[in-house]
Amino acid sequence: MILTRISQRFNELQAKNEPALIAYVTAGDPGPEMTVEIVAALERGGADIIELGVPFSDPIADGPVIMRASERALATGMTVEKVLEIAQEIRKHSQIPIVLFTYLNPVMRYGFDKLAARAKEVGIDGFLLTDLSVEEAESFVAAVQGVGLDTVFLVAPTSTDRRLELVAKYCSGFVYVVSRTGVTGEQSQVSSSVAPLVEKLRKFTSLPLGVGFGISSASQAAEVGSVADGVVVGSAFVRTIESTPGREVLDTIERMARDLKQGALSGRR
Amino acid sequence: MLTVPDAGGHFGPYGGRYVPEVLMSPLEELEQAYLALKTDAAFQNELADLLKNYAGRPTPLYYAKRLSEKLGGAKIYFKREDLLHTGAHKINNALGQALLARKMGKKRIIAETGAGQHGVATATACALLGLQCRVYMGEEDMRRQRLNVFRMRLCGAEVVGVTNGSRTLKDAISEAMRDWVTNVDTTYYLLGSALGAHPYPLMVRDFHRCIGDEARVQMLEREGRLPDMAIACVGGGSNAIGLFHAFVPDLSVKLVGVEAGGKGKKTGEHAARFSGGAPGVLHGAYSYLLQDNDGQVALTHSISAGLDYALIGPEHAHLHDIGRAEYVDCDDATALKAAVELSTMEGLIPAMESAHAVAEALVRAPQMGTHEIVLVNLSGRGDKDIDIYRENLKELDSDSHQPAF
Ligand SMILES: Cc1ncc(COP(=O)(O)O)c(C=O)c1O
Repeated sequence: MILTRISQRFNELQAKNEPALIAYVTAGDPGPEMTVEIVAALERGGADIIELGVPFSDPIADGPVIMRASERALATGMTVEKVLEIAQEIRKHSQIPIVLFTYLNPVMRYGFDKLAARAKEVGIDGFLLTDLSVEEAESFVAAVQGVGLDTVFLVAPTSTDRRLELVAKYCSGFVYVVSRTGVTGEQSQVSSSVAPLVEKLRKFTSLPLGVGFGISSASQAAEVGSVADGVVVGSAFVRTIESTPGREVLDTIERMARDLKQGALSGRR
Repeated sequence: MLTVPDAGGHFGPYGGRYVPEVLMSPLEELEQAYLALKTDAAFQNELADLLKNYAGRPTPLYYAKRLSEKLGGAKIYFKREDLLHTGAHKINNALGQALLARKMGKKRIIAETGAGQHGVATATACALLGLQCRVYMGEEDMRRQRLNVFRMRLCGAEVVGVTNGSRTLKDAISEAMRDWVTNVDTTYYLLGSALGAHPYPLMVRDFHRCIGDEARVQMLEREGRLPDMAIACVGGGSNAIGLFHAFVPDLSVKLVGVEAGGKGKKTGEHAARFSGGAPGVLHGAYSYLLQDNDGQVALTHSISAGLDYALIGPEHAHLHDIGRAEYVDCDDATALKAAVELSTMEGLIPAMESAHAVAEALVRAPQMGTHEIVLVNLSGRGDKDIDIYRENLKELDSDSHQPAF
C-alpha cells in the first residue's frame, strides 16, 4: 500500500518523537497569492501539515475570528476552484501535506467524485468537513478514499465510546480531536477533557491523533504535544493574519509557527 | 404512503443529521428522550392540558362565507391557528419542546426567531415552566418585528441581536447553533420550524400535527367530507407540515405549499426554494437550498420575516419529489393584497406569512366548483405586522381615507 503524504509525515515525526504542528489558514485571506506565501512561511517556521480552509457563507462551527476570515475571503471572490489553484501553487514548491478544511455544501455542490479527482491532481492530501457526520459520509468517503486521499473526521468531548469507535473507522491519515465543546477560537487554558479523551480514543484506533480548537500559545502546545500526535492551531494564526498589515505578516507568522512548534516539542521532553 | 422518516431521520434522500460531531451524541440523546415521551401518557396528558387550557386548542374551523361567495368558486375554510395564545401556530411546538426540555433536566433554553412568533412562543413557554430563555434574532428582523422583541422581553427572555450575514432567520439559526455547540451540556435548543438535524423535523411535525388532525375531524363533522385542497405557507415548513400530515394518505386532498416569491425571480430577491434552489445542506438537514454555483448559501428576501429563509424543511422536499404536494410562490405585493382582501371581507387580519397562503386560495377557489372545498391554514394573526401594513398601505393610513362603505 502506498502511504499518503499525511501518513508518511506522521511516520517520520513519530520516528523522531516529534508532535506535528498542524496549521489552519483560510484560503484567500487576505488574497490568493498571500495564502501561498503564508503557507510557505508556516512551513519555514516548522508547520508539518496545513489545513487549508475553504470559506463558507454559514460557518456554524466557527467563532468570530474564522467567521471574519471567511467573509473576507468570500469578498475577494474565493471559490472551491480557486482554492484548488492555491493548493496547486503551494505544491509546486513544497511537499507539505494539505488537508482541505470546510463545510459540506460547497463540496457537495462541486460533486464528490469530481472534487476528489481534482484534489488528487493538484496535490491535496485529504479532507475534513466539519458538518459531515460519519452517518451521512458513505459516498463522500468512497469518493475520497477511492482516489487514495485521506478522510479526517472529528471526535468531541461529547462523543460516546460507541461514537469514538465508529468515527475512527471512517478516518484515515489522522483523527481530529476537538478539545472542548464550542466553536473555533483561542482559549486561555487547554480543556481538562483533552488528556482523558485522547487516552480513551487510543483504545479504538492506532491512527495519529491531532488535537485542536482553542490552542494559541507555546505552553498550550506543550501540554497538548505531551499527549497527542499533533497540535492544531487555527484562530491564533488567522487573527495574526487579520491584524498584521502587508508582507510583515510573513515573518510574524513564521515566528509564531516556530514558537508553537518549539512548545509542542518541549511537551515531549 | 409512508411519510415517517427512517431511523436516521431521512425523508427519501432528504433530512438526516449533518452537524459537527459535538452535537451528534446530544442529538441521539434528544431523539431517545423524545421517542420515550411520545408514548408516555403523563407527558402527553400534560401537553394536551396546556394546549387546551393555556393555548386555546382546539382552534375553530371557520367558513369564510362572504369571501367564498364573492370569489364564486370553492368554499373557503380557515383553520384558525391565529386565535391561539401568542398569535400563531408556533406555541404548539414551543410548549411541546419546553416540556421535553424540562423532562431532560435542561434549565437553559435557546431559540432562534424570524418573525418573532417562535421567539414569543418560546419566551412564553419558558415563563410558564420557569426556564431561562435566550432568543437569537437577526437585527433586520428585530427592526421589522419590533413588537415581538418587546413581548419576548416582557416574558423575561433575553433577545440577542445577530449582526452576521443578512441579519435574518438564517443568521439567527447559525448563532443559536454556535451557542448550542458551546453550552450543549446545560442547554436545550428549541428549534422553531420543521428544519434542522434529526429528530427536529420529525418532532416539530408531531407537535404541530394537531392542526391537520383537528381540521380533518372538524371538516368531516361540518361537511361530511374531506376538503379538495389544503393550502399553507411554507417558511421552514412547520405550519404546513402540521396541516398536511393528517391528509397525506387522503389522495383526494390536494396539498399546496406557498413559498415567498419576494420581489422577483432573481436570486436574492425571494425565498422560493423549489423553483430557485437545488438540494444542499444547511443547519443540519439536506433539502432544497437557495445557493450559488459554488455552494455558498444565497441571500433571500421576503416581506414576511417568517418565510425569509434559504432552506425548506426536508419532509416538504420529499413530498415535492414524490409529487404528493405542490409548491408555488407568491410575491410580496400579491400577499399584501390578499391580506387587505381578507381583512375587508372577513375581518381577519392575517400575519404576513399566512397572507401568502390566503393569496393562493384567492387564485384557486374561483377555478373550482361551488361544491368543492379549500382548507387554508391561517397560521397567525397580523398584529405583529401592523407596522409593515402601515408602511405598505399608505393610502389606508391617511385620515382622508375613504372607507369601503
Ligand atoms: C404566522 C406564521 N406563519 C408561518 C410562519 C413560517 O414558519 P413555518 O413555515 O415553520 O410555519 C411563521 C414564522 O415565523 C409565522 O410566524
